Amino acid sequence: MNTTAILFDAPGPRTRSRHLIYAILGALVIFGIGAWVFAILWEQGQVTPDRWAPVFTPEAWEQYFVPGIRQTVVAAALSMVLAFIFGFLFAMGRMSEVAPLRWGSGVIVEFFRAVPVLIMMLFVFYLLTYNSDITGQTLSFTAVVVGLTCYNGAVIAEVIRNGVASLPAGQREAGLSIGLSPSETRRLILVPQALTAMMPTLVSQLVVVLKDTALGYIILYPELLNRIRQMGNRFGNLTVTFVVGALLFIVLNLVVTSVAQMLERRLQRRGTSAGVGARGRAADAELDASNA
Amino acid sequence: MLELIERFDFFGAVGLTLWLTLWGAILAFVLGTIVAIMRLSPVKALQFAGTVYVTAFRNTPLTLIVIASNLVLWNQLGLQLAPRDSASYIVDTNIRLAILSLAVYHAAFVCEALRSGVNTIPVGQAEAARSLGLTFAQNLRHIILPQALRGAITPLGNVLIALTKNTTVVTAIGVAQVSHSMARMIEFRSDVIILIFGLVAITFVALTLPMGMLTSWLSQRLAVRR
Repeated sequence: MNTTAILFDAPGPRTRSRHLIYAILGALVIFGIGAWVFAILWEQGQVTPDRWAPVFTPEAWEQYFVPGIRQTVVAAALSMVLAFIFGFLFAMGRMSEVAPLRWGSGVIVEFFRAVPVLIMMLFVFYLLTYNSDITGQTLSFTAVVVGLTCYNGAVIAEVIRNGVASLPAGQREAGLSIGLSPSETRRLILVPQALTAMMPTLVSQLVVVLKDTALGYIILYPELLNRIRQMGNRFGNLTVTFVVGALLFIVLNLVVTSVAQMLERRLQRRGTSAGVGARGRAADAELDASNA
Repeated sequence: MLELIERFDFFGAVGLTLWLTLWGAILAFVLGTIVAIMRLSPVKALQFAGTVYVTAFRNTPLTLIVIASNLVLWNQLGLQLAPRDSASYIVDTNIRLAILSLAVYHAAFVCEALRSGVNTIPVGQAEAARSLGLTFAQNLRHIILPQALRGAITPLGNVLIALTKNTTVVTAIGVAQVSHSMARMIEFRSDVIILIFGLVAITFVALTLPMGMLTSWLSQRLAVRR
């Protein structure tokens, strides 16, 4: 159902004027909240130029924002690549004909999906602290990447499996009827189509990974959030740096989201059988994105 | 192990996790429903505000929100959530800030879950309601929301599971729930780290597994037959 259009009739003149009043009232309320927040900020001296000026200096960007974004993106990108490999292997394992392999993969995937990312990160962090020579930034980086890989790998395994399940049955039947074995059918016919179809979902998963790198703050990985706090402490403008930092995260994620949407539009234009089945599934998987 | 559990009050920590989940879920549901109604309403200004809310909170890390609630809302802007003269002022404040952060973050996902529930309703339902002369509010109250809620049980359940797991993040402002107590236990007895991790992991499996089962049972039972 095309949401907004059918919930109400095309408004007539009276309704239009009523809506105009609602719109003005609504805008006033929103404006009022904005003004109230601004007043509080003003009272606390947060909107003065000297609080905002540090944000626009090259120093702020060179020492805090750019390195922060770089560390965040590096950790997210590496985790995403590893998670994809992990997810691919376990998806194949879960669809295998060998029963013990199937059960084993199932248990591992469900386990990593149930354990919070932060718990995984803390575990790896302390495990390496007490049992290895790795220290400092390498240590927290490893913990962040391993934690993100395990959780997102498990999610990606499920995404791929769902993608295969949503393909039309004829694809598999045709593969089998030309004499391919079940595993060849999966490898050569089903999985490639599922991957293409689920590409937008996989790219959206990158938003989750990017957001979750911020958990590295807790184990002292110097990603964007950590730099924001350092910068706020240094210039005494925590409120301002947090606002700017949140905006940076939002922009970064919106860029990733728009790439995912572009891919989805392209798939729909091509109109392959894989694209048809994937649409509903992609919506399901997207809602899983509520992770930290 | 039992001694560790007792010494670091692990069950107390689990209780706090449940407390955060409960209040976070209630507030997120209320706020998320309001935002969803704004996004579905015919008034452009409200639609816009709802969209901005969802875009902003869906794309900001929860960790950032949690830390900002402490450093910015409380420290810099002086938001008071607990009586200043009480003995547990700081603990109470941080717990309430944590609940607030969890609620505003997950409200964005509740809103999207409800909207996906609205998408499961056939056009004819709303059209029939309109042709009977129901206003937007009546339509929403009697036709759309009850069905949307039943259609949105699976995504809402996923949000609840994510919320439960995300309560671990509030360790960033020192709220003594499961992840906090896990770190303390490991620092005290690093030789049994695998056992401690196993205990925490099983706790989360035990918390989220019934939620998942309840969700799929409910979504089947309450599904609107068409």
